[in-house]
Amino acid sequence: MNRSPRHFRTLTRAAQISLLALLISPAGAVTPDEMLSDPALESRARILSQELRCVVCQNQSIDDSNAPLAHDLRVLLRERLAAGDTDRESVDYIVARYGNFVLLKPPLQVNTLFLWVGPALFLLLSLIGFSRYLRSRAANAPTETSSPLSESEQTRLDALLDEKGSK
Amino acid sequence: MSAQIGHFSLLLALLISLMQALAPFAPVKRRDPAIAAFVDHAALGQLVFISIAFASLTYAFVTSDFSLSVVAANSHTTKPLLYKVSGVWGNHEGSMLLWVLILAVFGAAVALYGDNIPDRLRSKALGVHAMIAVGFLLFIILTSNPFDILPNPPADGSGLNPILQDPGLAFHPPFLYLGYVGFSMAFSFSVAALIDGRVDACWARWVRPWVLAAWCFLTIGITLGSAWAYYTLGWGGWWFWDPVENASLMPWLAGTALLHSALVVERRNALVSWTILLGILTFSLSLIGTFLVRSGVLTSVHAFAQDPARGVFILLLIFLSTGGALVLYGFRASKLKTASSFSIVSRESGLVLNNVLLSAVAFTVFLGTFYPLIIDMIGGDKISVGPPYYNRTFVPIITPLLLVMALGPALKWKRDELRAALGRMKIAAIAGAVTLLAVIGFTSGRDFLTACFMGISLWLIVGSLLVLAQRVRLGSSSFSTSVKLLGTTPRAFYGLVVAHAGMGILVAGIAGMASWASEKIEVMRPGQAIELSGYEMRMLSIGDVEGPNYEAQRANFEITRKARVVSRLYSERRFYPVRQQQTTAAGIHTNLISNLYVALGESDGAGGWTVRFYYHPFMPLVWIGALTMALGGFLSLSDRRLRVGAPQRSARRLAAVPAE
Repeated sequence: MNRSPRHFRTLTRAAQISLLALLISPAGAVTPDEMLSDPALESRARILSQELRCVVCQNQSIDDSNAPLAHDLRVLLRERLAAGDTDRESVDYIVARYGNFVLLKPPLQVNTLFLWVGPALFLLLSLIGFSRYLRSRAANAPTETSSPLSESEQTRLDALLDEKGSK
Repeated sequence: MSAQIGHFSLLLALLISLMQALAPFAPVKRRDPAIAAFVDHAALGQLVFISIAFASLTYAFVTSDFSLSVVAANSHTTKPLLYKVSGVWGNHEGSMLLWVLILAVFGAAVALYGDNIPDRLRSKALGVHAMIAVGFLLFIILTSNPFDILPNPPADGSGLNPILQDPGLAFHPPFLYLGYVGFSMAFSFSVAALIDGRVDACWARWVRPWVLAAWCFLTIGITLGSAWAYYTLGWGGWWFWDPVENASLMPWLAGTALLHSALVVERRNALVSWTILLGILTFSLSLIGTFLVRSGVLTSVHAFAQDPARGVFILLLIFLSTGGALVLYGFRASKLKTASSFSIVSRESGLVLNNVLLSAVAFTVFLGTFYPLIIDMIGGDKISVGPPYYNRTFVPIITPLLLVMALGPALKWKRDELRAALGRMKIAAIAGAVTLLAVIGFTSGRDFLTACFMGISLWLIVGSLLVLAQRVRLGSSSFSTSVKLLGTTPRAFYGLVVAHAGMGILVAGIAGMASWASEKIEVMRPGQAIELSGYEMRMLSIGDVEGPNYEAQRANFEITRKARVVSRLYSERRFYPVRQQQTTAAGIHTNLISNLYVALGESDGAGGWTVRFYYHPFMPLVWIGALTMALGGFLSLSDRRLRVGAPQRSARRLAAVPAE
């Protein structure tokens, strides 16, 4: 079979590796030999894995990715859990080594304050803005529909109403 | 030869677009019909030449003409024909050509079918549309020319990424682009209206079909993408909050708001400037999405080839188009004020609330998608924003929207009372509550949140049907009256009912999948079986197979339930020698309510194979719900009233049909 040379012109080395890692992966991630024997620990590991990013992949959790690094991280996480760390401690251990990038749930810190608060703030501000808008629309109702009638129009109106009333 | 023809056609199309863009705004003695005729013909000409260019590229792919660099980089002689054709848009350059083709299609469609639109507005809108075309044709010709020639053509190409060798590629991008690019028409009409300084109910009526069409196609495109990812990526995921997925969701959310906002303009001549703003923003979000995918700025499962020059060009296009439109909006929006009023409880205010919530949710997705980028640029941390973030921000904001969605159509225009409206929805509320309790009962109180969303799902489905029932006076009039009213109910109303009910189905699907999906991962040998959720899956055999351009190991499985055979599936691990890539083809069994999913993993070298077996209850409902929404949209689109200039009086007017 004719194998053509790989064309990775525009990709950096790291991207090449990550691309390979992603594409060599078939089905997802956790292999039976990684799984812990204690089901409670294993389920903790699975839940935590879903919130940890595979840092060399393109937007996958370590639970989903079959990249070698994802495997290493899953093993590492399970080691920490098996050694008795709490959820928080095991995750902190990994963050200390890989940075905040590994967290799929962004940490609540000064520079992510707007990220977490933004949506609620936007909602609040737009609700306030629109309640003002609604109130102004409701207030406009009586004045915009009618302007005062002229003398002759008022007389005609009275005549018509009398006519109708006498029927 | 096809390269030269294609290239030349593109240049001609660019020239025509330039003329089309300038004509409506040129300071000539204005004779509207003459200019309109010129612009209409220009739009058609644009379509003709871009079609020729697209046909040339397709021909090059189909005949494996490796003198074109894009064909050499993305195709191969052994590739099946379907993928040679769909591979035309499986790369950056070709997909951009598809983009401008669809842009030209929409322009020509307005030129051909827009006779009910007055000449002035139509020619200005087509003029703005042509400006967009100029921008993108320049982008293609200068930075992404699919007709670039290789000085030394290789004997064979690099092949297409195996993940893209799938019928999904034939449909997902075209539908997506029909959506994205379709919103460009709303943008063009909005900007044209701003230039004209006049927006009224007629404008909204003329624009609505185009917005609806784009929205329907985008809904289908996103659904196809999700379904494709589900069966192709091998682990049963269907939505990842991936930046590129978000890039398609944001215009969808804004487009939904636009659709509903235009309704208020049409019926009540209110919310005009808000609608124009949405028209501008929706397309801008489409452009930003295009930028995201092609600039290499973000890491994603989806990213095309990264090239900073292209990113800068698109950014410039966004800046000019969105910036220009917003500046125009700033100057002219005050001219668009209307004086109509409505009370705090009314259908208008319900739609305003709808807009607010949709905007908030679109903003949330925008924030989550771009925040890592911004933080990185400021030089701070490198952070990730994934599903845990969206679950905590998106979901709480969309939930009240789902509740309002069923109530809205039951509200009267201009003025209504909340208690009365809620009273009309009593049956739907009861249905929701019963569902909530039933789910709590079935799951022994474990999944309260899921139960809530199942309740909301029924609230939506029953609520939508209830509104229809009330319109045809089911129960309050004779049955024959109701049947007659069914016939006179406009299709747009059926569209509403179907679309909102579809959303309910979608919610049920998501809730079910989020809580009740289960999986088992084991090493299996032929003859062994594993059990999951009452299903038993036995591996029958495993062997080697050969595909047209791959080699694979195929494992055959049989799934039984209570000793009756449910399905026979197979899953393959494929290796594509040309690209040296491995993928998984999963085996999926569906009964349209739940899925059983089997994926073959790695061999342990000793005759055992890792197998993942998933049970996905309600998964198909996600896509069925979404497609139902699109169906509702198409129903609305087929409403005859949208195709005539003014509302027609029906010959059979029944007394006191409530204003809808």
